[in-house]
Amino acid sequence: MHAFTHPPLLRRTLLGLAVATALGASQAPAGEVEVLHWWTSGGEARAANVLKELMEAEGHGWQDFAVAGGGGETAMTVLKSRAMSGNPPSAAQIKGPEIQEWGELGLLGNLDDVAEQGGWNALLPETVADVMRHDGQYVAVPVNVHRVNWLWANPAVLEAAGVEMPTSLDELFAAGEAIREAGYVPLAHGGQAWQDATVFESVLLATGGVDFYRQALVELDPEALGGDEMVEALTTFKRLRELMDDDMSGRDWNIATSMVIEGDAAMQLMGDWAKGEFTAAGLTAGEDYLCAAAPGTGEAFTYNIDSLAMFRVTDEAEHEAQQTLARLVLEPTFQEAFNLAKGSIPARPDLDMGAFDQCAQQSLADFQRTAEAGGLVPSMAHGMAVRADVQGAIFDVVTNYFNARDMEAEEAARRMVNTAQAAL
Amino acid sequence: MTHSTSVARPARAAARRSSAGHLQAWLPRLVLAPSVAVSLFFVYGFMLWTFILSLTNSRMLPSYDLVGFAQYARLMTNDRWWVASTNLVVFGALFVGICLVVGALLAILLDQRIRQEGALRTLYLYPMALSFIVTGVVWKWLLNPGLGIQAMVRSWGFEGFTFDWLVNPDMAVYTLVIAAVWQASGFVMALFLAGLRGIDDSIIKAAQLDGASLPRIYWRVVLPCLRPVVFSAVMILSHIAIKSFDLVVALTGGGPGYASDLPATFMYAHAFTRAQIGLGSASAMLMLGGVLAILIPYLYSELRSRQHG
Repeated sequence: MHAFTHPPLLRRTLLGLAVATALGASQAPAGEVEVLHWWTSGGEARAANVLKELMEAEGHGWQDFAVAGGGGETAMTVLKSRAMSGNPPSAAQIKGPEIQEWGELGLLGNLDDVAEQGGWNALLPETVADVMRHDGQYVAVPVNVHRVNWLWANPAVLEAAGVEMPTSLDELFAAGEAIREAGYVPLAHGGQAWQDATVFESVLLATGGVDFYRQALVELDPEALGGDEMVEALTTFKRLRELMDDDMSGRDWNIATSMVIEGDAAMQLMGDWAKGEFTAAGLTAGEDYLCAAAPGTGEAFTYNIDSLAMFRVTDEAEHEAQQTLARLVLEPTFQEAFNLAKGSIPARPDLDMGAFDQCAQQSLADFQRTAEAGGLVPSMAHGMAVRADVQGAIFDVVTNYFNARDMEAEEAARRMVNTAQAAL
Repeated sequence: MTHSTSVARPARAAARRSSAGHLQAWLPRLVLAPSVAVSLFFVYGFMLWTFILSLTNSRMLPSYDLVGFAQYARLMTNDRWWVASTNLVVFGALFVGICLVVGALLAILLDQRIRQEGALRTLYLYPMALSFIVTGVVWKWLLNPGLGIQAMVRSWGFEGFTFDWLVNPDMAVYTLVIAAVWQASGFVMALFLAGLRGIDDSIIKAAQLDGASLPRIYWRVVLPCLRPVVFSAVMILSHIAIKSFDLVVALTGGGPGYASDLPATFMYAHAFTRAQIGLGSASAMLMLGGVLAILIPYLYSELRSRQHG
């Protein structure tokens, strides 16, 4: 199939085979990996290119299969159609519980050999390693760790309003009032379901704590979903509307970030990919913009881990290339280059963070601290905690409640229980 | 072949004639066969496949574990589905109705032998040349309270002016109507204008001789003559309404919340991004059912009356 569509590859493979035969097959044949991903924005694309160059330096081919579209919805649709036609790419950007779904379909290959050679078990935090394994076998390799519960702020606006960076929800509401009086939008937000959910999970983490977060949004415990703590989280979440502007409906997250950059708004609750926008605007962390854990969630870390899952392949050369890809992804060169561009932190905590900015360094410190103290939780809004259908159902309830003018928090909590049960 | 032809020449000539005749008879079928086969497979085959999928518990990829009508039952308890269906009824009725009225009025006004008719006609028709994505984005800016019409009127000094339908969950669906009518009414106008030009002047002259006023002529004589045009316009507009997807995505994104969701966006979200192919297929089948429920009676009555007429 590939051979026909890509004559140079055929030639290269044949050449490789010929050489290999001549040398008594002492050398691994050069293969090619096709990688489906949605790292298409400027910095991300450059970062992905690093991986391509590393692969080529090892003598393997890299066929880029980038499908644009934030959040990867389009890419997933393409991946499904490819998988259904029995022709999946060698590797694809799949994350969280979806790795398990693909694993259950029996489509993923085994990376245990690479993992053993690379000592992944010792290298990766247990929480991360768990996500990468299906049935006890490594099937995916982590690329980075994003922290979702961040608060970003424009220090000039905070100063103009005479407030400090809030560390609790009470402080946030108090600061919000002062900022509003000073004539700014306290909290920049985009009214899209996933952004609503991103803010909601940070609020829930602050009001209910780590254990409650796990019960409600990871284990989908009906008592937690319908209980008083949920009602409190929902009520507080809706109160945040007071801090937002009226025109937020449908706004993209990066537009909201640029409101903070421009000084129209003071703060934004968003994952650390927002840093890419600040960096692109030429701002320096700690000076031109501030970062802190979302108010009230200093002891927790909601993670969103990007990973590359490897599909089962029959071609020996492609298999070899796939294993090389998995090894290279975790090597320091790529981890550093990629994460510097992406705003996230490396998936292996043993790297020298000297080149990273203040926010990334704090992120890594918090990651290690919370991993030990038990504050590390998967992000529901970013598909790390529950399956896509349950996640969608929770999104519906959250966004509907947040936007409805006359819906009680109790009613939203009741719907949350219903949808979670219907989805199970 | 060569042996037989050398023996019986007249028979060969006859055979050639008849094979030419056969070819003549079969050619249209041969030419049409590929497109018929393709549409049989890709339209009706996939309809059937979607129906089968709607009876399964397919999630991320299609599976064939039949679960009966469970997906339809789930759909009936899904709050978002009801919002989407209600929106479609509201949007569809208003869109088709307003487009017909505006289109007919524009056509009648343009038909008054005015100057620069060609230029005006082109102006009205232009929105149709845009894709719904462009229309959606433009209206998204116009209707955004902080950027568009509301901000403009307020800057003129009318501080109390509010036009926040886009961010108001109860009104968001009407913004879809505004944008869609703006886009499609020019097209309806073109249809009506063509119809008006096709009406025999002598009928109108006869009505004038009988002393009918101009509005009365239009209402009682011209519009009834345009019935086939109305028929075509309703067909085209209602299928635009039912398949509306891009406009919602560009204009409101289904929001605020999911207040302006339509069945097409519901279906896409569930089948493709939420790994619920079964539920998505069930909603697609209900959409098809809705289309048929409207179209079949209408087609039936229109075509039958035309046969009799």
